[in-house]
Amino acid sequence: MADQVKIAVQAGTALQAEMPVQAETALQAEMPVQAGTALQVEMPVQAENRIDLKFKNLKELGKKAFIAFITAGDPSLAKTEEFALVLEESGVDILELGIPFSDPVAEGPVIQAASERALNAGTKIDSVFETVKKIRAKSEMPILFMMYANCIYVYGKERFFANCAKTGVDGVIVPDLPLEEQWEIKDLAQSNGVHNILLAAPTSDERIEKIASQANGFLYCVSSSGVTGTRSSFSTDFEKFSSEIKKHCAVPAAVGFGVSSPEQARELGKYFDGVIIGSAFVKIIEKYADNSARYLKEFAEGIRKVL
Amino acid sequence: MTRFGDFGGQYIPETLMNAVIELENAYEKYKNDPEFIRELTDLYRNYAGRPSRLYYAENMTKNLNGAKVYLKREDLNHTGSHKINNVLGQALLAKKMGKTRLIAETGAGQHGVATATAAAFFKMDCEIFMGEEDMRRQALNVYRMRLLGSKVTPVTTGTATLKDAVSQALREWTNECATTHYLIGSVMGPHPFPTIVRDFQKIIGEETKRQLKEAENKLPYAVFACVGGGSNAMGMFYDFIGNESVKLYGAEAAGRGVNTAEHAATLTKGSEGIFHGMKSYFLQDEDGQIAPVYSISAGLDYPGIGPEHAYLHKTKRGIYLPVTDGEAVDAFEYLAKQEGIICAIESAHAVALALKEVPKMPKDEAVVICLSGRGDKDVAEIEIYNEKRGGK
Repeated sequence: MADQVKIAVQAGTALQAEMPVQAETALQAEMPVQAGTALQVEMPVQAENRIDLKFKNLKELGKKAFIAFITAGDPSLAKTEEFALVLEESGVDILELGIPFSDPVAEGPVIQAASERALNAGTKIDSVFETVKKIRAKSEMPILFMMYANCIYVYGKERFFANCAKTGVDGVIVPDLPLEEQWEIKDLAQSNGVHNILLAAPTSDERIEKIASQANGFLYCVSSSGVTGTRSSFSTDFEKFSSEIKKHCAVPAAVGFGVSSPEQARELGKYFDGVIIGSAFVKIIEKYADNSARYLKEFAEGIRKVL
Repeated sequence: MTRFGDFGGQYIPETLMNAVIELENAYEKYKNDPEFIRELTDLYRNYAGRPSRLYYAENMTKNLNGAKVYLKREDLNHTGSHKINNVLGQALLAKKMGKTRLIAETGAGQHGVATATAAAFFKMDCEIFMGEEDMRRQALNVYRMRLLGSKVTPVTTGTATLKDAVSQALREWTNECATTHYLIGSVMGPHPFPTIVRDFQKIIGEETKRQLKEAENKLPYAVFACVGGGSNAMGMFYDFIGNESVKLYGAEAAGRGVNTAEHAATLTKGSEGIFHGMKSYFLQDEDGQIAPVYSISAGLDYPGIGPEHAYLHKTKRGIYLPVTDGEAVDAFEYLAKQEGIICAIESAHAVALALKEVPKMPKDEAVVICLSGRGDKDVAEIEIYNEKRGGK
């Protein structure tokens, strides 16, 4: 059904589908129809979210999702567009774009520094939406925003999610909106066809059930306590953590925080449906700046091989 | 109740949620526990030196020719400020929770010193996060913390001041919440912190009410306190919120003026937002990026304010007005010369606001200014400030 829906995405309009309704549908009986007019009902129908399609697709192929994080605007938005397309070519399934924030409390030093570089380069929320539009012109890869609640709140929640729908942002991860505060965005995200991705941590314990049962898109599983950043080893019992999650979670589960090598990706990939890599990519950009593309490609291809 | 009207809440990463839930459960368990109350009351009395004096400032009263002026002498507490009230309460709670380590942010160093003191007393490990810029401005307090056995870790990110120290302490707590209690220094952060800190500070207002009744047999016409995060102000205000005749004045740091970019006057110039775990008012741009702020006072140099103050402001129960560096320094000198009391530059903001308002207030009324801390730490900085502004 979804592929029969013709999606007209126009600048300035919310995502809308035009559905041709046939004369013999039941719908007709309840509506006064004038002879000679074509019956057409316009109703907002959401096309299937690109994240859901991607996971479905990967499942059929027997592969794990490879999710890559970079900070939008680091070192510039033109480069973000280039890096996004390079990452897709190199086997990345889903792109997680960090919207830079002045005070990212859930981040370790690597992503903090990237945020600062992006802000110093003049990155604004509107300019990131422009970049998403440019990527969308060339790619259907699912795009997520990773951002702090204040940016959405002050930008304007309605305006923000309308722009997500308009430009083709498929999900948002807001680390400072735990389950208790998801009410801030839940309905607006949903009505605009955007997944609000929830996080679960090994320390979530009895909260895992509550979180996992409400997850949509995928569940972001935090590998270990602490902030983002590469780790040389993990103390989490992933067998236990992932089985606890799978008991309650109807959507795929992806693991992130600290994954930085093909070996770690392969190991964690055993327990989850996808692996998220952030700081390791950001470190490459920190080092090579404008010239990062080929190093990103090399690293991404190494990860892809094991997932 | 995690909120004050729209404000407050728990805007923190999932990795911290169980830590704040654990804290809330422990607080609910102990706050009415007779043994906990007995221990804390004993610490307040015999270690911190409570009740603090309510002092009738006769010279100031004559000079201002308005309402009678009383000073609530939190500066005479052990460690030199109101911060000890909250620190003893939270450290005792952390001890009961089985935590072995305290971490805290500090701006002026008063909260850091108080936390280091409690850690020494309770035999706990302690690490204080302090902006590099503030460590320079408050070198004496850095030495005091180290003397007390604490590690002082400079924070170099962002503006290297109080907000960055809070962010770093939150990150550290995320890493180590099993063993560590984050002893937050003001009525801010995620629930339950704004409530816990206010409850441990409300003794300021409760004592004031009792003491002024003894002295004048009436409620104050107004109370004055400085507001950064807002803990001494919340402590002073809380017991008077229900007494609607009592005007609650909060003095915000206006730095070089609220029409410059260099101030920290959150309620005067800020807007609603979500930061450091709470919904409140913040100084920020149109994308929600937190603004760099400035004040001569390292303790008021914060781009946000506690959520209960946001609520008192929005409902117009509290009156929050800006005070510039220059006005605060003038008040600092005024109080020294009039009353022989050298108060903290933070507290001098409250004094400055009182200097403007008290002459307009009826003579048969009494007002109370919260002197939240002592000013030894500020003398050197103020000397430099005065040299720069030219021979005073």
